[in-house]
Amino acid sequence: MKPVIGLEVHVELKTKSKMFCGCSADYFGQKPNTHTCPVCLGLPGALPVPNKTAVEWCVMLGMALNCNIPLFSKFDRKNYFYPDLPKGYQISQYDEPFCLKGNIKLDSGKTIGITRVHMEEDTGKLIHEAVDGQEVTLIDFNRSGVPLVEIVTEPDFDNAKDVKEYLQKLQQIVRDLNISNADMEKGNMRLEPNISLRDKQQEINKKLPDYKVEVKNINSFRFAEKAIDYEIKRQSEILQKKETPVQETRGWDETKQKTVTQRIKEEASDYRYFPEPDIPPIRWYESKLNEIKSQIPELPDEKSNRFKKLYSLSNDDIKILIKDKDITNFFEEAVKIGKKHNLTPKQIANHIINKKINPSDLLPIKLIEKIISSSLYEDVNLDEIKKIVKEIIKSNPSSLEDYKNGKTQVMDYLIGQVLKKIKKKIDINTIKNILKNELQ
Amino acid sequence: MNYSAYTIKELKTSLKKKHFSSENVVRDCIQEIEDSKHLNAFITVCKDEAIENAKKADKKIKDGIDQPLLGIPISIKDIYLTRGIRTTAASKVLDNYIPQYSATVVEKLEEAGAIIIGKTNCDAWAHGSSGENSDYGPTENDYLEGYVPGGSSSGSAVSVSADMAFVSMGTDTGGSIRLPASFCNVVGLKPTYGRVSRYGIIAMASSLDSIGHFTRYVDESALVLSITAGHDPKDATTPKKNVDDYESYLKKDIKGIKIGLPKEFFSNGLDTKIKEKIEKEVNSLESRGAKVEIISLPNTEYAIACYYIIQPAEVSSNLARYDGIRYANDRTHFTDEAKRRIMLGTYVLSSGYYDAYYKKAMQVRTLIKNDFDEAFKKVDVIITPVSPAMPWKIGEKVNDPLAMYLSDIYTVTANLAGIPGLSVPIGLIDGLPVGMQILGPHFSEGRLFQIGQAVEDSGL
Repeated sequence: MKPVIGLEVHVELKTKSKMFCGCSADYFGQKPNTHTCPVCLGLPGALPVPNKTAVEWCVMLGMALNCNIPLFSKFDRKNYFYPDLPKGYQISQYDEPFCLKGNIKLDSGKTIGITRVHMEEDTGKLIHEAVDGQEVTLIDFNRSGVPLVEIVTEPDFDNAKDVKEYLQKLQQIVRDLNISNADMEKGNMRLEPNISLRDKQQEINKKLPDYKVEVKNINSFRFAEKAIDYEIKRQSEILQKKETPVQETRGWDETKQKTVTQRIKEEASDYRYFPEPDIPPIRWYESKLNEIKSQIPELPDEKSNRFKKLYSLSNDDIKILIKDKDITNFFEEAVKIGKKHNLTPKQIANHIINKKINPSDLLPIKLIEKIISSSLYEDVNLDEIKKIVKEIIKSNPSSLEDYKNGKTQVMDYLIGQVLKKIKKKIDINTIKNILKNELQ
Repeated sequence: MNYSAYTIKELKTSLKKKHFSSENVVRDCIQEIEDSKHLNAFITVCKDEAIENAKKADKKIKDGIDQPLLGIPISIKDIYLTRGIRTTAASKVLDNYIPQYSATVVEKLEEAGAIIIGKTNCDAWAHGSSGENSDYGPTENDYLEGYVPGGSSSGSAVSVSADMAFVSMGTDTGGSIRLPASFCNVVGLKPTYGRVSRYGIIAMASSLDSIGHFTRYVDESALVLSITAGHDPKDATTPKKNVDDYESYLKKDIKGIKIGLPKEFFSNGLDTKIKEKIEKEVNSLESRGAKVEIISLPNTEYAIACYYIIQPAEVSSNLARYDGIRYANDRTHFTDEAKRRIMLGTYVLSSGYYDAYYKKAMQVRTLIKNDFDEAFKKVDVIITPVSPAMPWKIGEKVNDPLAMYLSDIYTVTANLAGIPGLSVPIGLIDGLPVGMQILGPHFSEGRLFQIGQAVEDSGL
């Protein structure tokens, strides 16, 4: 039996305003229902007006994921009732999303197909609480209408590790595009893997199993890995007994380290999709799409290739250096300065990686100075210096006396003696400090 | 004193000359509403606010401020949100709903100086053609006791025809302005889809809803549209297209104007007396230099079927927000017609039925649009009846929804195609009014006013 896994990822965009109204989209930690208006509260008569930036960012993400961008697209209404959905429908995209057929390449060379990338709106948030001793459900609409991009993959994964790598890559692309913080803990990025197992015959025939299990409530990539591994084990045990796992939605329970049943899907939901009449369809000009494309910064794959070519670094080093934009920029700046002092990119990379340099702590030029000064001296064991210092003091008892009487110039003499004995190039300040300690 | 003899223009002149005050006019209208309570034209009368606002308008007039509708009392269909004034959509679901904001059009009218004297009765959620389907009771035609005024903007039409207001705002999704205008002897305009903002107006069927108005004269209709029309950043379906100088069309000669009479609109089912009246008007236009030809709009016969799929589909989705959680009463307060449309709409959108119904209807809609596009290559305007029949007695069709739906047969095509339509009075038949419909290409309202003015001037 081999796992078949597909992934739905929701990414909240960090636009200033919401998807269809002017309310601030920055809802995290805000007082409930303070970022609301007739539109995101679903009041009578209110109409949605799409956020141009959000739409362009969605397309930009699609481009970064190698998708096709159809010249015609539209919004649709997804009708369903839930108290956190004030209009009774979510504005989403059904059969003509902004982006189709993309992919992400894993390090192993395996390609994960991306079915579609589409734009929709977030819902409000239900809060179950006791008020005056009564169990009630409260609704906070601050999140209602925050722009959400959904990225759906083909069922191309067969293990949890690849899922994790895909997620890390996707997160980095989204961050490099600067369109979302993609912070799992804040719910900026939400994952829903669909997991099932198929036998050899199904695999050969490229058939999908006749059931699938969706897992929700996953708050980190690590949990995703654990939940998938758990599901694979659970489902294979059921299948070994010649039974079929139930088609359902399960949730990851981190304390119990297992998935638990949330909702059993007896039949497919009927969302009664139809074209959103309040928003005219979107028709792209090639020139506009080119303009969006030109705004895409260098993405991880491109950057990795460039680093390999330009700096001759190992894959592991490159991975660390391009993970964070600040480190990447710091490194490239340092390489530029280092070149004038004959330092190789490798030396600089080593220093950044081994010493775990934090780019916000120092300037690239300071790093270069540090590397240069440290390379002037040879590596000497501090204990060795201490030993020699002690010997020198012992054989010059008068100098100790002189020093205590305030004749500090004796220090230079002693340093000279130590250097003579040690026969290595070392930093005078190091010796000076040790001498000072010993003389007291 | 009664001010109903005054046109808006005359009213404004007299107000400026201080022959009387806006307060006088407003009080007179309110008196008229109270005297004709039996017509049930209003759901909410804003007596105190209106008098207060009239006093403010009088002060502005005194200060020499000029606004297009300064001090003029208007009424508004109770489906437009008015901040602080109860808005019910004539449904008990919204019985005690007081909006926190006003519709864009309401704001524009207030900025133009108009005084809102009240919210008019209508078919609940604008579902109906007679004005009987209101949770606040039916509105009555003021021409003949016991007759319907047409709907759904029933109270709006009656408020203008019975001298309770000089202008009334309505909505037209399948004929809801043109039909009552025809039944009540007033001018009713359904503008091009998107010409007037829908923001803040309770949606019936979003792709069909047009925001228009009732006036007593064609030039007043042009005046009101020049206030309400234009792009609204809050309504994505209003294009950034310049608003025409509508009033400039009123004095234009109709010589050489090509008028099309679609044969499908004058066939079986049309009351012969209505047919004769329209023919007389058309002959008069012809005698003044217009060119008339018979044309064909071949897909007209599918219009009602198409409309009764698309419209309920959108209704079923638009009424989903009235869940009673955040505001208003719960869903048990919906009455039969709304429930009927929710069920119809839910059905046609369901998976497995979507392609057979909704998708097909959208394709038919395109064909109907094409019919008009083809026709307008040949003619400037199209003239048709508004309704196949004269106003009927209250209660006559309430148990036959299909018969009720068919009264929109001549009006729905304009909504499906998104084109403008003007209903102008052409006289009385057996004591009841009848109107005539003028249709034109998208954004041709100026042209409609030109023809409408010519009809008004014919004096037939």
